[in-house]
Amino acid sequence: MTTVAKPSRRQFLAGAGVLAVAFTVGNGVAHAGTPDGIVRIDDSAGEPDQSWLVLTEDAITVYSGKVELGTGIQTSLTQIVVEELRLRVADVRYVQGDTLLSVSQGGTTGSKSIQNGGVQLRQAAATAFAELRRRAAAALRVDARELHAADGVFRARGRSVGYGRLLRTGSSVLPLDTAAPVLAPRDYRVVGTSQPRVDLPGKLDATFAFLHDIAPPGTLHGRVIRPPGRNAHSPVIGDLDRAQAVDGFVTLVRHDRFIGVVAATEWAAARAASPSTGITVTWSDGPAMIPQAELPTALRDPENQYATVVEIDDGVDPLFAAAGTVLTAQYFTPFHMHATMGASTAVADVRSQPDPDTGIQATVWSGTQNVTALRGALAGLLGLQPTAVRVIYEEASGCYGHDGVDDCAADAALLSQAAGAPVRVQWTRQDEHGWEPYGGAQAHDMKGALGTHGITAWSHLNYAPTANSRPSAGNPGTLLAGALTGLLPDPLPASSVDTSGRNAPLTYAIPQRVEARLIKSFETIGPASPAPAAPLTYRIPRTTALRSLGGFSNSFANESFFDELAHAGGHDPLRLRIDSLPDPRAVDVCRALLPAWNRRPKGGDGVGAGVAFHQYEVVNAYVATYVEVHVDAATGAVRVDRVVVAHDCGLVINPDGLRNQIEGNVVQGISRTLKEEVHYTGDAVTSLVWQSATPGAAYDVIRFNEVPSIETILLDRPDQPAWGAGEPTIGTIGGAVANAVFAATGVRVRTLPITPDKLQGGTA
Amino acid sequence: MPSRSIRLNGTTVQADYESAGSGSSQSSEQLLDWLRNRQSQRGPRFGCGLAQCGACTVLLDGAVTRSCVRQMHTVADGAEIRTLDGLADGRRQHPLQRAFVELQAAQCGFCVNGMVMGSLGWLEGRIAAGNTAVPTEQETKDFLSGAAPDNTRNYLCRCGTHTRIVAAVRAAAKEMTG
Repeated sequence: MTTVAKPSRRQFLAGAGVLAVAFTVGNGVAHAGTPDGIVRIDDSAGEPDQSWLVLTEDAITVYSGKVELGTGIQTSLTQIVVEELRLRVADVRYVQGDTLLSVSQGGTTGSKSIQNGGVQLRQAAATAFAELRRRAAAALRVDARELHAADGVFRARGRSVGYGRLLRTGSSVLPLDTAAPVLAPRDYRVVGTSQPRVDLPGKLDATFAFLHDIAPPGTLHGRVIRPPGRNAHSPVIGDLDRAQAVDGFVTLVRHDRFIGVVAATEWAAARAASPSTGITVTWSDGPAMIPQAELPTALRDPENQYATVVEIDDGVDPLFAAAGTVLTAQYFTPFHMHATMGASTAVADVRSQPDPDTGIQATVWSGTQNVTALRGALAGLLGLQPTAVRVIYEEASGCYGHDGVDDCAADAALLSQAAGAPVRVQWTRQDEHGWEPYGGAQAHDMKGALGTHGITAWSHLNYAPTANSRPSAGNPGTLLAGALTGLLPDPLPASSVDTSGRNAPLTYAIPQRVEARLIKSFETIGPASPAPAAPLTYRIPRTTALRSLGGFSNSFANESFFDELAHAGGHDPLRLRIDSLPDPRAVDVCRALLPAWNRRPKGGDGVGAGVAFHQYEVVNAYVATYVEVHVDAATGAVRVDRVVVAHDCGLVINPDGLRNQIEGNVVQGISRTLKEEVHYTGDAVTSLVWQSATPGAAYDVIRFNEVPSIETILLDRPDQPAWGAGEPTIGTIGGAVANAVFAATGVRVRTLPITPDKLQGGTA
Repeated sequence: MPSRSIRLNGTTVQADYESAGSGSSQSSEQLLDWLRNRQSQRGPRFGCGLAQCGACTVLLDGAVTRSCVRQMHTVADGAEIRTLDGLADGRRQHPLQRAFVELQAAQCGFCVNGMVMGSLGWLEGRIAAGNTAVPTEQETKDFLSGAAPDNTRNYLCRCGTHTRIVAAVRAAAKEMTG
């Protein structure tokens, strides 16, 4: 395992010359000529979300809150920097997600790193290039307009000067120049090409250090003993003497319902925490949650709702009243897990006194998507000021949203504080499956009217649990450990617009009404109150942001129901979509599927094809997906044979990286459509392991021999802004598969997952 | 404390392991923890601790082994263990490593240790048995799904890089058998 260097002061780079560009408003001051010869940038007067691009003779470094979550974002951001600096090849170092050394650009979420971070970074690189050009003109005594830059050298009138020399002396700290010229897309040489991932070689030869490889000297190991259910209470600890007799046992930690052990090794911690070899904990049962089987009904029950939000009301009632044909249908999708491959892990080093140089008292290594928010929440949990807590991002396994990593960091922090030593906590698989915050179950009441030429009115009533329980800087109760210590989470959000309501609205030119009924995750202090009542009592499992949030469920309902209306009206489903879309770019992705669609299987004999479209978050990437399925007549098992995705996310930075993201969306989308469902009984989650050879209440995900061939059609728009691609495609998969299943069998499945029992003997 | 001497990636190493009980009631620390915490191996990774996902895969005397459920007292002294950390021949990467990089067959890359080391054992076993045919796409998928006659262990990838992984295993197999 690696060791970790002692935290240093807020110092960016050593060297005589430095060119630093602040991404946002640059109030930084360069301190050169300090006694130790180190250049420092003091941005304490700067914006709270400042990030920096720093050039020295030796290195290009980005200090950023945006982090690599395993999607290849560093490679794409590097392409952007290299391009604007007219360097064909260059390494860019990333100091990412460290509350001491960088600052947050917000979190790394929602498929937005290219969209937001990339645009800022390009302008920062352009600002730096303009400064280099100014310096080159002075060095060569020519007019800047005469200069030509390529591969790190400026040339004019037969003379030349390299970037290295220009960076050898002089310190500049520049604000972002929004007017600095950027390259025209037609001049791109790096952006738009398939660059290999910078991190993969090290991941294939085991030299890359994941978060899981971090262990400061003297690190102890911790385990948390969870309640048997969400609402269990009043734990009584027994057999402590047995735990104390385990070789390497260090301490037992208890704060209300938070119970953990710390030991010298992973094995000793596991033994001390095991009811067969260590402590035993008996709990009093708490109230059951809404029974899983009753969720479709219960989500629609006003007793479980605290608010109604009308997002769009185009005045559809008269249109429905005038329509000849009105269809209604009800859809449902269950709770889904992020189910990250590596169980959540964290290391915390909480000291009794702050470091005299840095003021840091607690250092936490985490795979969090937002170091700043986690720092604030941990500070409250530990009783420290946020400035005394340093959170360092280290890459964990792919997360697909807010999974268990933040909660695991809180476990490690509490245990380290109690043990007075660094503590590493590695969740068990059962911890991860049982306690990560989930993507919420959703129910949908759909209503649509048909006229002669298509759909004339549309209504979508969305029953939406809260889609975000991320750590909030001001409230340690937003962390699982905080809640177990008796703190309360944040009140439920006032709206689901763009969270669990994401992609509930259509972008078809159809008058629509979109309304959400917000679901109580836990008991609140009154019927219409969003505020948690004490003691915290869950009605449904805790829910949060999972890849595309409501986009997966809402688009499944929308695109399935669109198909129902198309068939009812005798329309070709793809052509009705094309005819209903007012935006030419939306039309183009749908038209790109026509070659596949026009040669689709005829359907009805167990083989069928379906399509789905959505524009991610209504204003971002356009995706249209074609799916072919085969449904086994005897067993009802669905096999997806072929998927074609047409994708327009504006300017394509890295085509192969983009294809990889789209393919990942397709595979995870099929898995969520056909297999995945969180199971629980009473208040206890029962799908605690991966599916194994023995079927049961496990969390089943797609296997290699269930993955189809995937074709991607990239509609590159070099003149348009680059949008993110980590999430747009997944929302089209549920609808496209369900529509293909309908074409194959005549059976409309409106409840996910589409398991064999829903199709057995069910051909029409 | 008992200890084990192991031939790890061609070098003999020795270290203690934790153990409790004796005879049929003996239990001990997992091979995965021993490799990671006492031998600084980064390739085998903790994914589930249940032998369900494959992230911890190593080769133990040539056999594909899920190290997260293999207790140290059941590993014989002098056993030969190969990990991803030692797969490259000096600076030259193994065909499997090269194929995974060339085909960009990973996203987060946490699980690929399993597909690489599992396929290594599978392909070497086929070749040793005289089968030098490049496995078909279906054979490769079935192997990785635990649905092959010679393997019932499933490998999980959550990022959805499956099609690239299958292609990478087959590309490497072509080189290994060629």
